[in-house]
Order: sequence, then C-alpha cells, then structure tokens
Amino acid sequence: MTITDFLFFAFATVVIGSALGVVSSKNPVHSVLFLVLTFFSSAAIWLMLEAEFLAIALVLVYVGAVMVLFLFVVMMLDINVAKMREGFVSYLPAGLLFALLMLGVMVWVVGPVGPDVMATAGLDKAVRHAADYSNTEALGEILYTDYVLAFEIAAVILLVAIVAAITLTLRRRPTTKYQTPGKQIQVKRNDRLKIIKSDAEVLK
Amino acid sequence: MIGLTSYLTLAAILFAISVAGIFLNRKNIVVLLMCIELMLLAANINFIAFSHYLNDSAGQVFVFFILTVAAAEAAIGLAILVTLFRSRRTIDVEELDTLKG
Repeated sequence: MTITDFLFFAFATVVIGSALGVVSSKNPVHSVLFLVLTFFSSAAIWLMLEAEFLAIALVLVYVGAVMVLFLFVVMMLDINVAKMREGFVSYLPAGLLFALLMLGVMVWVVGPVGPDVMATAGLDKAVRHAADYSNTEALGEILYTDYVLAFEIAAVILLVAIVAAITLTLRRRPTTKYQTPGKQIQVKRNDRLKIIKSDAEVLK
Repeated sequence: MIGLTSYLTLAAILFAISVAGIFLNRKNIVVLLMCIELMLLAANINFIAFSHYLNDSAGQVFVFFILTVAAAEAAIGLAILVTLFRSRRTIDVEELDTLKG
C-alpha cells in the first residue's frame, strides 16, 4: 500500500463517515458541521486528483460562505428538534433499501465488481503532471476562452441570486421610520427656517 | 491500487447516503437542502475524477459552474426558508401544504 492509497482511504473514510453524520444527526447544527468536514475531506481528495484550484475554491467558497450561511439560518430558526425527528425510524427501512439498491447498481456499473469497463476504455491510468504544472493557469486558459460565455452567464446567475435573496428576505416593518432622500433634498430654506424681526430689548 | 473506480465508488456511496438522507429527514427542509449539497458534491467528485483520468480540464470547468449554481441555489433556498419560517413559524414539510400566499 503506497502513501497515496493510504491517504485516499483515510480521506474517503472521513467523507463517508461525516456524510453519515449529516443525515443521521439529531441536531441540524451538528449536521452542518459534519457537512463542513465532508467538504474539507473532499477537498483533500480533489487535491489528490490534481484539481488544486477547485479544492481551494471548495474550502474558501463552500465552507467559507455557503456553509456559514447554512449555519446562520439553522441557528436563526427556532426548530423543534424532537418533532423534526418524527418518522425517522419508520422511514429507515425504505430509505436504506432504496439507497442500497441504488448503490448496488452504481457500483456494479463503475466499481470493481462488475465488468472491467475502465481498462477496456483506457481509463485505468492517469497522466501525472510535472511539479511546475499550474492547474489554476490551465483552468483559467480554457475558462476565459472556450467557456467565456458560460462564465458570463454564471456571473449573471450569481447577480440574480443576490437580488432574489435580498428581495425575499428584506422586510419593511410598519413601525420603523425611514428617511426619504428624495424629499430631503427637495427641502428649501423657507420650509424650515423663519427669520423673525424683533426689536432689541434692554433687560432690567 | 486506487484508480478511477475507487473515486467513482466513493462518489456512488456518497450519493447513496444523500438519497437515504432525503428519505429519512423528510420533515426538515434544512437537512434536505444539505442532502442536495451532498449529492452535488458526489457529482463533482465524478467530474473531477474523469477529468483527471481523461487528462481533460473541461471536467473541472463543469465543476466550477456546478459550484456556482449550487451556491446560488443554496442562497435562494435559504432565503425562501427564512421567509417561510417568518410567516408560518415552522419548517416542517408536512405542515407546508397550503398554496395560498
């Protein structure tokens, strides 16, 4: 067993174990934290597949932004944990059966037990790049040339998501007082200020 | 010796776990969203494994776009969840059965 084999099995065990933690935790906060662990160890597996840029993007963007968003929402909502767990046991047989069936079919197709399609397709060995190979550079070169339209559409999707998320959650309470900048800048001096002429008085 | 099949099997196991999670946690929308994230992660592992073994960077570009769309989906899904919780005080799927805004 080489060191890469050992690392793969170690990280794969963490991925599967923490994914089981996500689906079986009682508390949704624990689920989110298990999901963070899943993403971290998947990033390690992506590093072994020489996808360095995406591994870092997964940690920074996914764990750093999306998972923190999940954590905010889970902690903000007042969830009755016990009530949410109702039916967990009664759905367990159906869920396990379905998942195992699906897993069996998928492993039979791609895995080591079925016909060896990978060797016949020539997919059984990978090209290892040299130490000075930059994954980020290679990705950027095709992302900004061949896939530039898709890249721009992705930017628009993110913009739409920002606008949608803000409009959905923005709430105007009737009791809160707001300034109206349009009215504020229309104010003339005469609306606010009155100059009163008065004679000087001598205090006695 | 690990090869493409090891990575694909790992992704298949991850996908099966998240399918089971959707079955088991069908009351809690937050955990359902997290199971969808796990499914997307399994698909991404497949993409990256094939990209590595075919020596073609296009697979990684696809993962890039999947991550983008998944982030947008999570943001909008959680925003809908927050507004839903504000108006109904629950996120139980079985109690969300009216179609009237």
